[in-house]
Amino acid sequence: MNILMAILTLGGLALIASIVLAIASRVFHVEGDPMIERIDAVLPQTQCGQCGYPGCVPYATAVAGGEADVNQCVPGGERAMLAIADLMGVAPKEVEEDAGVPMLAFVREDECIGCTLCIKACPVDAIIGAPKQYHTVIEDHCTGCTLCVEPCPVDCIDMVEKTQVLEEWTWSAPGKRPALENANQNSDEVKHASGTA
Amino acid sequence: MLPALLKRFGLNQLWPTAGFPGGVHPVEHKITADSPIIELPLPPQLILPLKQHIGEICAPLVEVGEHVLRGQKIAKSQGYVSASVHAPTSGTVVAIQDHAIPHPSGMGRPCMMIEPDGKDTFDESRPPISDYRNADPAEIRERIRMSGIVGLGGAVFPTFIKMLRDQRNPVQMVILNGAECEPYLTCDHRVMLEHAADVLRGMDVIMHAVNAKNGVIAIEDNKPDAIAVMRGAIEAAGMKDVEVRSLPTRYPQGGEKQLIQTLTGKQVPEGRLPLHIGVLCQNVGTALAIHDAVCLGMPLIQRVVTVSGDAIPNPANVRVRIGTPIPFVLAQCGLQDLSGVRLIHGGPMMGERLPRTNVPLVKSTNGILAMKREALYSEQAVEEPCIRCGHCVEVCPVGLVPNELAWHCRNDQFDRGQEYNLFDCIECGCCSYVCPSHIPLVHYFRYAKGQVAKIEKERVFAEQSKVRSEARDNRLAREQAERAARRSKVRKQHAPAADGVKKTAADTKKAATTTSKTEDDKA
Repeated sequence: MNILMAILTLGGLALIASIVLAIASRVFHVEGDPMIERIDAVLPQTQCGQCGYPGCVPYATAVAGGEADVNQCVPGGERAMLAIADLMGVAPKEVEEDAGVPMLAFVREDECIGCTLCIKACPVDAIIGAPKQYHTVIEDHCTGCTLCVEPCPVDCIDMVEKTQVLEEWTWSAPGKRPALENANQNSDEVKHASGTA
Repeated sequence: MLPALLKRFGLNQLWPTAGFPGGVHPVEHKITADSPIIELPLPPQLILPLKQHIGEICAPLVEVGEHVLRGQKIAKSQGYVSASVHAPTSGTVVAIQDHAIPHPSGMGRPCMMIEPDGKDTFDESRPPISDYRNADPAEIRERIRMSGIVGLGGAVFPTFIKMLRDQRNPVQMVILNGAECEPYLTCDHRVMLEHAADVLRGMDVIMHAVNAKNGVIAIEDNKPDAIAVMRGAIEAAGMKDVEVRSLPTRYPQGGEKQLIQTLTGKQVPEGRLPLHIGVLCQNVGTALAIHDAVCLGMPLIQRVVTVSGDAIPNPANVRVRIGTPIPFVLAQCGLQDLSGVRLIHGGPMMGERLPRTNVPLVKSTNGILAMKREALYSEQAVEEPCIRCGHCVEVCPVGLVPNELAWHCRNDQFDRGQEYNLFDCIECGCCSYVCPSHIPLVHYFRYAKGQVAKIEKERVFAEQSKVRSEARDNRLAREQAERAARRSKVRKQHAPAADGVKKTAADTKKAATTTSKTEDDKA
């Protein structure tokens, strides 16, 4: 009799708990994998494909699924790698390719034939133009992904170094002397030139 | 830690008394305190950066080749937080182009070059407001805005913005900052000695404009002559609502928030302005500039600068036109050869080392220090590990923990740094000054602040890129779907009536949908 009571009580409790859990799983259902979104949030969103995946979300999906490594995002550099490794709970890995200086695409307008191929290639809609009209890159929107360079049939797109402006200048870490330190102090030449590109 | 505590106990400073905590007292080196202000001659060319203030850059109003008059507005502000630029003398505009400015980066900004004609003809279009006591405060504020006046203590914040008559935050007290706590600098000291009456009138203009009840002139007790002169001037002017307060000599007594804390006992809350606690703080030099603008009709085209340092043969306080090239100023003080010399823009504690020498003097220049390179301590000092002595914690006037903060900044843990209130640091340099391990603490904080701003900017850019990329993906999908819909509609219209063929048509349609589906998947 005692055994029966015990079985009934525990069975009843298990039933209630299972109903609660079933409801909870419906009520608190999460659409998609939150890990993908969290990884995507630390990626630089250049959609450049340098990681081997066609964009930032596919790469985030691959990392979350364990297919891709944490160190494949080139423009994200070490900071993105560390953030992803932190999210995934794995050991950080050396970033192999250096992102280098920030670049921008630049269309040499006198050579542009207005074929719109680069416009179609741009993942962030940063190139404007119409068929048989000059195209141009919106400097503030360009992520420097280089995807527009390849499709151009007349090779009129250059990747140029992003000009550094005074407003964006920040102090470098102590111990790292700025490059200008060794420059000729009295020269009139100004390193920055506004308005290019 | 313990010896330091014992020392404090001995000095009866165990509990903080009046004023801000911490602070240091560096060797004063005020070698130019007794040299009167000298007028400098006009240089062969003036270089005027179109942005000499905090805020938006100005747009040029004149063209190359045009003749301008002294005091004529040559560039107008393009936003609320901005201050216009005026021609320091009459002459011809010879160029508008990028030129190096006094900035630690050594980079340039658009500047206007003016060649003086030597006549120094004054632009009379702005008559003085002589009866300012009966003038409309809005008119005075507008005049200050039109005259391009910015805080001349070094922060160069447009002055008219501070002079707001706000119903919610009425100004109770106007503080005139004559503390001048930086070593070497004596320009405010000399201004108080030589232009006491004008400074006082400038202060009266401010108090009238913001309807303040009382005013305080704050002077450190290492300038007893200035205190006496200002007291005498107040008596002569019969201003009963203004008093001179002598403050203990302690760096950074002249910091705006530190000064307010010493005088009122109140702290400016984090992220708020002195305005929010009913205080308006202006530098002595700014008061003189306000006097010139309101009572003489002369905009901000000149200022007093201390030229000092161990490499200067004749250190002096000079009145210079804004835009004068710094090498010209140094040559007037006897320094021709700049090799082996480090130039510091501002005082030795908060000033910035200039990577280029061929830069103009701007509105923010309160001092130019030329130091022999081999004598500069920072040139040889090698950073050693932190020994956790805690001196930096004791001297920090904001009550931060610089050693912990620097630790996080060095390791690029900026979020941890922000937990340690990185952005409350006023970069006064006390911690770096006392550090026995020569750790450039302030440099670490400047680096970290810059990185935090950069990361935030990148994050915003990434977010925008993501929005654009998603919008593009959605558009492509929508176009695809529209194309597929159009195709199937056309097929339906052209579907033959015969039964046998109908089946085939249905098959083709099915095939078409599968193809478009695969295409969708690909996209």
